[in-house]
Amino acid sequence: MDPDRQNELNALRPDLLRFARLQLRDAGAAEDAVQETLLAALTGSHSFESRSSYKTWLISILRNKIIDIIRDQGREVPASSLADDEAGDEQLADTLFDRRGHWQAEARPARWADPEASFEQKQFWAVFEACLDRLPAKAARVFMMREFLGLETEEICKETGMSTSNCWVVLHRARQGLRTCLDTRWFAGAGA
Amino acid sequence: MLSCKQATELMSQEQDRPLSLAERIGLKLHVLICAGCNNYRRQMAVLRAACRRFSDGGTP
Repeated sequence: MDPDRQNELNALRPDLLRFARLQLRDAGAAEDAVQETLLAALTGSHSFESRSSYKTWLISILRNKIIDIIRDQGREVPASSLADDEAGDEQLADTLFDRRGHWQAEARPARWADPEASFEQKQFWAVFEACLDRLPAKAARVFMMREFLGLETEEICKETGMSTSNCWVVLHRARQGLRTCLDTRWFAGAGA
Repeated sequence: MLSCKQATELMSQEQDRPLSLAERIGLKLHVLICAGCNNYRRQMAVLRAACRRFSDGGTP
């Protein structure tokens, strides 16, 4: 094998592993997904103009591996994580809205300055990952199936055994949690 | 008239399903007069763009 290609793979491995871990929340399963991705990459003989296009290609393989693993795992969402999710959601809703469902004064969303500029900063993505990691387990899983793996709501419902409306509720809570976290830890602070 | 809490629910759902005409009108009227929800809606679009970028491996 081309030693340059080997070096590229080694350099990108931590990124792939973080991506898999975020979604699977299981170090062993994440390791397996990345190993299989690297194996598939080694047997391919594609050529790439840049490291970033190579990374994009690897991640697309990894996404499919993650989808396979999630399908195999089926409906195994631990009951304890569901209870934690519910409690956390209620708390967040209370800090955001008053009794009539209007924004609490200090929670009313302010404009986010130049998100595209944030996307160019490594530090933004570290905060983004930390915020994803703080989401309740079920919400995070459903959100990433929708947004990273690109699955439609119907399929997510099937895989997780939830009703469609329940799925929408969970997705909403995940977005609300992620928005609030990014707002507090990045856009409202020194980062932006 | 929608509350902000209801509006945020619709702003999430519009990322996952087509809203009905009544829902679209209700939401449009709400964000017209509510700056907080107007910002929230833009932020939903930012989240989606960030997720796309992240899952395409296009982060620095």
